[in-house]
Amino acid sequence: MSSVAEPQTTTRYIDALAQGMRTAMQEDERVVLLGIDVGAGGGIFTVTRGLHEEFGSERVIDTPISEMGYVGAGVGAAMTGLRPIVEIMFMDFVGVCLDPILNQAAKLGYMTAGALQIPIVFRTQTGAGRSAGAQHSQSLEAWFAHVPGLKVVMPATVTDAHDLLVAAVRDPNPVVFIENRRLYGMRGQAGEDPLPLGQARVARSGDEVTVVTWGQSLRECLSAADESSASLEVIDLRSLVPLDMETVIASVRRTGRLLVVHEAVQDFGAGGEIAARVADELFDELRTPVRRIGTPSVPMPFSPELERTLLPGAAAIAAAGEALLAEG
Amino acid sequence: MHAVTSQHEPPPAQLRRNLFASMALIRAFETRVAELYRDGDIPGFVHTSLGQEAVAAGVGLALRDEDYLATTHRGHGHCLAKGVDVDGMMGELFARVTGLCRGTGGSMHIADPSHGVIGANAIVGASLPLAVGAGLSSKLLHQDRVAVAFFGEGAVNQGSFHESVNLAAIWDLPVIFVCENNIYAEFTDSRAMTRVPCVADRAAAYGIEAHTLDGNDADVVYAATAAAAERCRAGEGPILLEAETYRWHGHYEGDAQPYKPDDESLAWRDRDPLTIAEARLVHDDTATAEELAAVRADAGARVDAAVEAARAADVPAHEEAFQHVFSR
Ligand SMILES: Cc1ncc(C[n+]2csc(CCOP(=O)(O)OP(=O)(O)O)c2C)c(N)n1
Repeated sequence: MSSVAEPQTTTRYIDALAQGMRTAMQEDERVVLLGIDVGAGGGIFTVTRGLHEEFGSERVIDTPISEMGYVGAGVGAAMTGLRPIVEIMFMDFVGVCLDPILNQAAKLGYMTAGALQIPIVFRTQTGAGRSAGAQHSQSLEAWFAHVPGLKVVMPATVTDAHDLLVAAVRDPNPVVFIENRRLYGMRGQAGEDPLPLGQARVARSGDEVTVVTWGQSLRECLSAADESSASLEVIDLRSLVPLDMETVIASVRRTGRLLVVHEAVQDFGAGGEIAARVADELFDELRTPVRRIGTPSVPMPFSPELERTLLPGAAAIAAAGEALLAEG
Repeated sequence: MHAVTSQHEPPPAQLRRNLFASMALIRAFETRVAELYRDGDIPGFVHTSLGQEAVAAGVGLALRDEDYLATTHRGHGHCLAKGVDVDGMMGELFARVTGLCRGTGGSMHIADPSHGVIGANAIVGASLPLAVGAGLSSKLLHQDRVAVAFFGEGAVNQGSFHESVNLAAIWDLPVIFVCENNIYAEFTDSRAMTRVPCVADRAAAYGIEAHTLDGNDADVVYAATAAAAERCRAGEGPILLEAETYRWHGHYEGDAQPYKPDDESLAWRDRDPLTIAEARLVHDDTATAEELAAVRADAGARVDAAVEAARAADVPAHEEAFQHVFSR
């Protein structure tokens, strides 16, 4: 029987995340993990499965349903010698624990003139598209990117799930690390080389339209690039803060057209910031106006049919690319 | 099990038959929903309340139609017992236009203000402050309406529990805090997450009255709730009821519950709230076994009809996604 060679290093996004935490915990014993059911239960999505057995209850800590308390405690612990990874089960739940992130972690390094360092990772996940309802579907990365002092990372690939997570833990700053649960089952190359945060990646080369995206939307953009008659260059930002505008600018300088795609609500989203920066720098070189595709400004409905029509999909992205090409 | 501290009169015969009918409806509804979910007919997340029917029925029937109710992700039973329409609920679970929220809410977000139900909620601990607000409205608008907050024992470690109970206490609001203590919060044994496993004990910290009840005995829950509502209407302020019970199914449908000891699950199955009620009704000649079997059959038929109606109903049209973002 002839065997089609499976790349031996293929793994799932969810396992890459666990491996990232394992790597971080092995290389630095100050790294601890806190969250609801992250311990013996292995996590509600099984992301942390096995870590409790491996590192014990002192480093993999089950918390009560007390986000304000344990997220805040994570920040305090980060100021005083630990390097916590704190899990917020769904990104929507930041609603009950925003203060430690917004007013404490983000600011106290600055407000103490650097006397305090706050090396903490707020691990959370988002992902609409499975009828989780309006309180379990929000992509709020722009909120955090808007707060000075927070880094914001969104791994879109299996490799990055590991590598960016390790990099986030090594970083001496508070990092909001946003996974997408629709990617959890995706297979790909296992990562092993943590890279500094803030390096975008050209995920697909093209020369007619630059498509900038991050997180789960990358998959849609890559499918769009396959389908579209326009030649799309797809850039995966990997992190919003730091933001690698150099890679974006270099691409748009060649294509003269920019489309920004994200799952988060379009209005006042991070796409607006990227559009503005490109317009600032390349006003004369743009062949067309910058376009954005995000979710319309409605709380995500439960209905699968409605949800499907609202989320940015490959067909709409491909069409937007073609429309830009037709425009100029 | 904790001592039952209810010293109220048992409810009259017709009421006890009604309590049974309410429980039978919830049992039929949840059983069917679990099957439908397993078969992929219902999208999203579903959390059933099988085994906890007596709490819902006891509380629901002790309230007036105009009394307020705020509940949780595990709220189907509470809504049914409060008189919310079965078709409207099933339509919502199926994400049809006949649903109470026209398919925008789903299982975790059933709401029906026409019966005082200001909503199920997917944020743990959110029901409490909302019920406090409803109690405040009732008091300031001189409405004589009582507000009930349902929550699990997992929610009492949220700050919202502490803040809400204290607010209701200092403002003497007509609020009944009903904790369904089913031991587990997701995969976690809640007794490991507090030094005060008896939720009613916490009431002392806020200076309010509390009772721990046998939550599998609908008569007991009814009597305690009726007395609490009377107190509230007399302006004597809030009260906390802790109903000890057990969820038969997993946290969500599909959870295999490895974290529960088998003997514990079996012991609680033996304390089936419907069987308890049935035995007592038959024993004291309030109903015959045949009559009660007919009640169960009727409940099943009612639910079947609701399923058929939901299947036949339309899914919301695309434009519906954009309605109700703002009130007009
Ligand atoms: C703020 C917040 N944190 C965490 C969750 C995830 N979650 C949903 S239900 C649940 C357990 C709730 O347990 P309990 O309050 O005892 O209610 P039960 O499920 O037993 O009815 C958790 C942790 C959530 N929905 N909201």
